[in-house]
Amino acid sequence: MEIIVTYGPWFIGLALVAGLYMTWGVGANDLANAMGTSVGAGALTVKQAIIIAAVFEFAGAVLAGGSVTSTIRKGIIDPAGLEANPEYLVYGMLAALLSAGFWLMIASAKGWPVSTTHSIIGALVGFGLVGIGAESVQWDQIGSIVASWIISPAVGGLLAFLFMLSVRKLILNTPDPFEAARKWGPAYIFLVGFIISLVTITKGLSHIDINISTLMGTLISVAIGVLTALVGGMLLRRAKRDLEAEKDFRFASVEKVFAPMMIFTACAMAFAHGSNDVANGIGPLAAVVSIVESGGAILQKSALPLSILLVGGFGIVIGLVTMGYRVMMTIGKRITELTPTRGFCAELAAASTVVLASGTGLPVSTTHILVGAVMGVGLARGVGAIDMKMIGRIVTSWIITLPIAGAVAAVLFFILRAIFG
Amino acid sequence: MFPYQSLQDSAMKSTNPLSRLFGPNPFSLLKSHMRVVLRSAEELPTLFEAVMDQRQDDVEVIQQRIFAIEAEADVIKKEVRRHLPRTILLPVNRADLIELLSMQDRIANVAQDVAGLVVERRMEVPDCLRDHLMPFVQDCLAVCRYAATIIEELDELLETGFSGPEAQTVSEMIDELNRLEHASDESGMAISRALFRHEDAIKPVSVIFWHRLIEWIGDTADNAEAVGERLQLMIDTR
Repeated sequence: MEIIVTYGPWFIGLALVAGLYMTWGVGANDLANAMGTSVGAGALTVKQAIIIAAVFEFAGAVLAGGSVTSTIRKGIIDPAGLEANPEYLVYGMLAALLSAGFWLMIASAKGWPVSTTHSIIGALVGFGLVGIGAESVQWDQIGSIVASWIISPAVGGLLAFLFMLSVRKLILNTPDPFEAARKWGPAYIFLVGFIISLVTITKGLSHIDINISTLMGTLISVAIGVLTALVGGMLLRRAKRDLEAEKDFRFASVEKVFAPMMIFTACAMAFAHGSNDVANGIGPLAAVVSIVESGGAILQKSALPLSILLVGGFGIVIGLVTMGYRVMMTIGKRITELTPTRGFCAELAAASTVVLASGTGLPVSTTHILVGAVMGVGLARGVGAIDMKMIGRIVTSWIITLPIAGAVAAVLFFILRAIFG
Repeated sequence: MFPYQSLQDSAMKSTNPLSRLFGPNPFSLLKSHMRVVLRSAEELPTLFEAVMDQRQDDVEVIQQRIFAIEAEADVIKKEVRRHLPRTILLPVNRADLIELLSMQDRIANVAQDVAGLVVERRMEVPDCLRDHLMPFVQDCLAVCRYAATIIEELDELLETGFSGPEAQTVSEMIDELNRLEHASDESGMAISRALFRHEDAIKPVSVIFWHRLIEWIGDTADNAEAVGERLQLMIDTR
């Protein structure tokens, strides 16, 4: 207990730096990935994308992210056995943050498709396993998290597949695809608003002590969906038929209708991302802060302070502004294969899946789910060529990430314990 | 600049998992390839006009052009094949795609053979063939052009998953392609008949080579028809 009182400010300072570093990385890379296609489709300028990202990322973290944060804080390592040495948990959380940050830095330099989520989980397990003992790791929880890493991209893929088939049936395979796109566009935008708010209201809000009945939640979601559809409908009306471009590509005008729809999926992606990935950085930070502030109590059931969420949101926006904008531009230019129709289907599917996982408290990888969703579009015979080696690369990155992040976290834990006692 | 260069850029090593997910779109490459191939076929009427007028210098210049175009097509062909490892998920059967590419490429190859023979053997047009030659060459070119028009529909086919009304439209275009090929066969038969009717008046070796040349010119149309057949296969086996 004394250690915590003596070094409290140090611990908080370290956790702040490490947490900011993690969230900075999340903003610079992960979020930029998720939103780059909307920039590429011309639906948003980089500046607009950054503003949307900041607002919706934060909203996602506050409204739907509580559950994942609590999983990271308490779901991986059972703190019950640490009542005598609460400082160990502080070391562990710090070690996990530093280890994940370190691993992400190396992996991004090498271009490996690693996920912040996997890094932080690997680091936490490594610390628990080596630093405390195998019994401290909540294996059944780990089991469901690992299962979700396989299931969530598959769910994203299936949804994207179905969305793609519906776009084809309702819009592309009609006598006048442009008119059909304008007719059905608002319905798809409704889906964006409806699905995201339904999952958030029924699954996410209870974590910030707002409880709404399912019926009420559904009604509110319908209202939000209709509202987004109305806004979207106004934007879609501005889309003009481009007869010149249609000569070259018959569906050019349809793409013009779908381009503004990517604004809505960009919002959804940022929201989904906020609901899941912010937790990676602020979960451990929140754990450290709550232990230090309570003078060593680890079992109290404190809510997540807003100030910590603000730190997370701040880190992400800084990441976006300093580096993310460049990533967005490169991706936008490079991923021309993700045309507005395909991109819309993939992103709507991915965002829905991520928010659903967040509601259940499962820390998943936004990027991996997006990759799964794009594969779903591909399986619907909608993409020219998809490199299936990506699946192998992702699986390899898990297999490497988990032990490395774990080992580094364990080593850092021992170092911190040696320094502070 | 060759059209595939921008694709090489996109294949550049990227650190981003999403951009590494996409291989170069083989359908855009097929379109680029077919456009180049068609250019070689378009040279054939000019080539034979020069042969008829006995402008040997022009014949050689055109031959050079055809050879260069064929080489250009080859580069794109190799580019497509290079980007089609078995780990690539394609919306169509991989073998059908490669076969379609080969059929397209054969048009340029045959054009090259025709130009080569015309130059190397300094072919002169016998009087009996004069009336038949240009209509035949034009009929074959029409088939190639129409095949190229069909290949331009690949983007639309991809967008609609090779099904629905778009696939129906393309199938109808392929029927039309078969009709055009049949017409080119008719004029091929007409020119062959003219050759055989006057075979005693022409040097026997020339008869043999003209017969071969007629066959090769007809092969451009046959291969163009085969392009359509392969595409139909892609649509049918979805």
